[in-house]
Amino acid sequence: MNYSNLLKISMNAILRNKFRAFLTMLGIIIGVASVIAMLAIGQGSKQSIQDEMSEMGTNMIFIMPGDDRPGGVRMSSSELQSMKLTDVEAIKSECSAVSSVSPVVNSNGQAVFGNKNWPSNIYGVNNQYLEIRKYQLASGRNFTEREIKTYAKVCVIGRTIVENLFSEIENPVGQTIRFGSIPFKVIGVLTEKGENSMGQDQDDLILAPYTTIQKRILSITYIQSIFASAASEELNTLAIDQITETLRQTHKIKSTSEDDFSVRSQSEMVQTFTAISDIMTALLGAIAGISLLVGGIGIMNIMYVSVTERTREIGLRLAIGGRESDIMTQFLVESFLLSVVGGIIGILLGLVSSQAIASILSWPVVVTPASIIFAFLVCSVIGIFFGWYPARKAAGLNPIDALRYE
Amino acid sequence: MSQPVISIKGIKKDFKVGEITVHALRGIDLEVEEGEFIAIMGASGSGKSTMLNVLGCLDQPTSGSYWLDGVDIGSLSKNELARLRNQKLGFVFQSYNLLPRTTALENVELPLYYNNKITSKDRRVKAIEALYAVGLADRMHHMPNQMSGGQQQRVAIARALVNDPRVILADEATGNLDTRTSYEIMALLQYLNEKGKTIIFVTHEHEIARFMNRSVQFKDGLVARKDNFEKRFLAAELLAMMPSNQNLI
Ligand SMILES: Nc1ncnc2c1ncn2[C@@H]1O[C@H](COP(=O)(O)OP(=O)(O)OP(=O)(O)O)[C@@H](O)[C@H]1O
Ligand SMILES: [Mg+2]
Repeated sequence: MNYSNLLKISMNAILRNKFRAFLTMLGIIIGVASVIAMLAIGQGSKQSIQDEMSEMGTNMIFIMPGDDRPGGVRMSSSELQSMKLTDVEAIKSECSAVSSVSPVVNSNGQAVFGNKNWPSNIYGVNNQYLEIRKYQLASGRNFTEREIKTYAKVCVIGRTIVENLFSEIENPVGQTIRFGSIPFKVIGVLTEKGENSMGQDQDDLILAPYTTIQKRILSITYIQSIFASAASEELNTLAIDQITETLRQTHKIKSTSEDDFSVRSQSEMVQTFTAISDIMTALLGAIAGISLLVGGIGIMNIMYVSVTERTREIGLRLAIGGRESDIMTQFLVESFLLSVVGGIIGILLGLVSSQAIASILSWPVVVTPASIIFAFLVCSVIGIFFGWYPARKAAGLNPIDALRYE
Repeated sequence: MSQPVISIKGIKKDFKVGEITVHALRGIDLEVEEGEFIAIMGASGSGKSTMLNVLGCLDQPTSGSYWLDGVDIGSLSKNELARLRNQKLGFVFQSYNLLPRTTALENVELPLYYNNKITSKDRRVKAIEALYAVGLADRMHHMPNQMSGGQQQRVAIARALVNDPRVILADEATGNLDTRTSYEIMALLQYLNEKGKTIIFVTHEHEIARFMNRSVQFKDGLVARKDNFEKRFLAAELLAMMPSNQNLI
């Protein structure tokens, strides 16, 4: 039989029972749409986590005192104080894969300007910190080596501080705020970074020379942590190894003992979060898969319910000269048309609902071509199989048995 | 004498139902000449439908030989049988078996879809011609559920005619119709027969059988007797004599 005849026969058969065709398609539509939407949600959160992480700097490495073996012993206070400025100097001179390094000490308290105050954190860092954390200056300047050496009372502030303390003043640069009892002159303002994926405000911070914080606020000589950045993303692992080696030397740790510090990199965190969102995507995918399966069962149901009528139809077609292969191709084409049309509607619905989720729930969504292709293929296979399988059974019958089928 | 259109010898058909074997046909010999209009008669369960299904290549005999138009049916593959059903046989069923929600025209076109030699334009033309031949040209675009039983049966006859088959096989084609409508169908078949169509007609009504040249009486799966009618009744004449209170056509 020629193809145009075949197509016409199949089209006529579909049009003859529009409602059944619609019901059959409905399963596919819902299946495809939900798979696309679910995967879009999963992919979207993964994407946004990755984006934010890399915005924070994938080269970033942080070093904290105390080792963080899971379930490790609680750290003693001497261990917490084990990190010194000499460690930073050593990293700077010994570790070729590290491009920038900064000590960090921090304290929390009230920032006050005029009659306004705002609870915040002040970080004592050196002038490489901005580069490590990928912060940029909106106005003013970073502090200088000299200011670090002289415990200068200067600070660089984030957007949130500006908004909460300086709502009436155009440019905070040059103004003086108090943190605790210490006045700090504002020398720079950072550009806005927004919230990170954990919902923390990355603009709610005050940066000052670490020497100032150590001496004037905390009265300590040790440092709380070290931030560094690898020269490039590829050098991350090497940088971590070099830092570990250097710190073991400066801390005089015997080869048999454990580290008394821990080194973590941003890319490790990215991997962890990516793994978590992959699990989430898989879970959502599983839910969508179930709805696909339900869709498939729906198609099968409809096909089986209509099998009596269709078996008589098959019997008649056989009786008037249709070959077994004609009948099977007809049903294959029918199922294929239904699946394709249903699949396309499903894709559109999936895209629309993904966008709806994105705008109503302000949840990040990413629709990947792979998820479209995947959903489409799975639904087509289900649709075609369930449409064709009952027909295959009927087409193999003796014409008279198919005609008599009850 | 020319070769018979249909020639069967020793046809047997058994049905296995669980443990029991039903011998529906127990050795039938029959020859049908070109242009005959022949009735297969017999009590219910005597094997008439089984015989017709075998003749129509809808079912395979258990044993025996069947020659249709000079071809040994037993030697044909499934696909060749389908071709034969398409081009040499036309079937008319008791329950019409029209496709629902499909117009009369499309129903009649159906067999032509399975005939590769026919273009889509020919298809339409031939289907319309067949509907004219059965007097239903004005119902072309009606669905089966918008037509009377007699009209539906005419559509089915048009469908059987459309590929210009060698033989038309009808199983109780008037079984669901009232007397008048039955006569109308018979008049149509007689008309087709006069134009040369070979028709085999299964019925258990003697009156109906008298519209044919010849009858074959079945009994328990065997041919009990064969009759030739010198003079057959003409359905058109009988219809003319009937009080024509309404015209159903
Ligand atoms: N598919 C089948 N399975 C089992 N037995 C069958 C089958 N078809 C027919 N038979 C049996 O074969 C015998 C002949 O049946 P058939 O239908 O040919 O009778 P018939 O002469 O057409 O009767 P009726 O006038 O009632 O239509 C019956 O005894 C019937 O029970
Ligand atoms: Mg019967």
